[in-house]
Amino acid sequence: MGNLKKNIKLGIDYEIALTHILTKKVQTFIAALAVAIGIAAFTFLNSLVLGFNRDSDETLFKSIPHIRLFIDDDISMPLMKSDSNKYTSVIINPKITNSSKKLINPQHLVNQVKSKNYVENAASWMNINLFYNNGVAQLNGSSSGVNILEANSLFDIESTIVEGNINELLSTSNGIIIGVGIAENLNVKLNDNISVVSSMGVIKVMKVVGLFKTSNSVIDKTKSYINLSSAQQLMAQGPDYLTDIYIKINNPNNAPNYTEDLKLLSGCDAESWQEANESAQSQKKTRGMMMGSISFIILLVAAFTIYNIINMSVKQKMHDIAILKAQGFDGKSVVKIFLSEALIIGIMGTIAGMILGAILINILSKVYIGGENEYFPIQFEPTVMISSLIVGITVTAISGYFPARQAAKVDPITIFRS
Amino acid sequence: MTTILKAENIIKYFHKPIKFKALNDISFEIKEGEFVTIMGKSGCGKSTLLYILSTMDTDYEGKIYFGQQLITGLKQNALAKERNRNIGFIFQFHYLLPEFTALKNIMIPAIKLGRYSREEIEHRAYEKLKLLGVDDQALKPASKLSGGQQQRIAIARALINDPKIIMCDEPTGNLDSKNTAIVLETFQQISKEFNQTIIAVTHDGDFAKASDRTMEMADGIIINHNLML
Repeated sequence: MGNLKKNIKLGIDYEIALTHILTKKVQTFIAALAVAIGIAAFTFLNSLVLGFNRDSDETLFKSIPHIRLFIDDDISMPLMKSDSNKYTSVIINPKITNSSKKLINPQHLVNQVKSKNYVENAASWMNINLFYNNGVAQLNGSSSGVNILEANSLFDIESTIVEGNINELLSTSNGIIIGVGIAENLNVKLNDNISVVSSMGVIKVMKVVGLFKTSNSVIDKTKSYINLSSAQQLMAQGPDYLTDIYIKINNPNNAPNYTEDLKLLSGCDAESWQEANESAQSQKKTRGMMMGSISFIILLVAAFTIYNIINMSVKQKMHDIAILKAQGFDGKSVVKIFLSEALIIGIMGTIAGMILGAILINILSKVYIGGENEYFPIQFEPTVMISSLIVGITVTAISGYFPARQAAKVDPITIFRS
Repeated sequence: MTTILKAENIIKYFHKPIKFKALNDISFEIKEGEFVTIMGKSGCGKSTLLYILSTMDTDYEGKIYFGQQLITGLKQNALAKERNRNIGFIFQFHYLLPEFTALKNIMIPAIKLGRYSREEIEHRAYEKLKLLGVDDQALKPASKLSGGQQQRIAIARALINDPKIIMCDEPTGNLDSKNTAIVLETFQQISKEFNQTIIAVTHDGDFAKASDRTMEMADGIIINHNLML
């Protein structure tokens, strides 16, 4: 029985809230619209920021790995080091030593690296410099000796291929995938043969099995992919010779945290993309700061707009609050009534705002901008949608709660008198 | 007869625009079932006193008792409960909720109290409407009614929870003579038949004459506890 009474009491507060909402349709609509505009701006601009950031990272990681394992150049040590100040150390001029850059047991190392839980993928890699020759035409360039499937999983080479197929490289041991710039300058087509000369003087005839085109014409004019075995032959080395292991990890931002672990594991040097690319890193930081402050200001503006309109709509009902209090509605009921009104407006507005934001995102994502992405880098971001929902509902709840609580505390007569 | 309401040494200041003593040491008692009117010139503090008695104004000195219970110093929520259960207040201006129908306006305090089911409350609300002769207006929005009708709806609302005390601030101030007669008749009826106590602030001599007792106020004090009219 007591429970039933409580339910009825709960009911009347919500009933009053709902009646207010339904009878003042225009006011409700305007308040919800203000919330919707605030939330739409929040959703849209935050998706823009996130999309832009992700795109910039993706562009960066098309050419560099998250972490690179390699053997660094050694500098020669003093020949005889003195133990005390009495004697002089015997030194020769410190120079780069001529020690091998070869990684020991590379395949085992790759497997070990891959077994780490933070590693998404790893690829054996060999960068070599060479000349491309076709008749008298000669071009200077660089080639990556790779297992093309591993390499593709890191850098999505397949998406840049304009002619041929990356799988052809697997079945053609002397195959080569070259940039469209090289093909144009050497006047070669798919399935033509070219000869390449390495810095070790090894000459090899290669068959063009694919052409790729990136957004960078310098890369297109110099870069090629060949099989690891071809690269080893060009460097006059055996099949266990490898210079680098490229590693892709789950979260690129954490790369520096893992370098120590990888150094211990491999016994060679590990370099994160942040260390290798300080300018990219500072650009990323600048972008992060810029976008962060934009997001923060949008949040402020949206929250302020919502606060104002909800606050105003509660203040307009001050007189009704006093009447209800005179009839015996306590502070809790008053807060409940106006908080639920604010929440109804808030939820309607937030959902409408998210839909509006999603429409804007959809329109912009179809805008052609050319280049590598072709379309504007914006997409439907679930995290942004969730934070929009949280922001919209929290802000309306706060904006409804405080004026209602204030009204709940004062004597009804004080409201009537003012 | 038992005392239902007692005021002890009530002092009230207004602070704006200047500090001003509106009520100066007022004490009196009202018996259960009494129909009391308070008369006095505008600004003598009679409405101010009524608001304090109704618990809607808590900024005063002195003590108020409902029966044996000290009301002064109770928290807002406790006072709200007290108003809901024991006090029916009728304002000079009807103060109905414009978004709701006349019937709903009357039902809301009863639903809040939760003593009866919705069906019973609706039935009782219709009874009150009939008592005041406005049952044909039940389903109209409150804002669409005439002034006299609105005032009678407000009275019906004050009666819905069968409060022990009904307080009115110039209940007939905005009514024509015909409506005034209806209201007066209702008040006499509920006072005699249902033993409910009525305290009404009024300017209307005829209205005061119909009550059991009239108190006269001037300059924040009661100058006569039983004015002969």
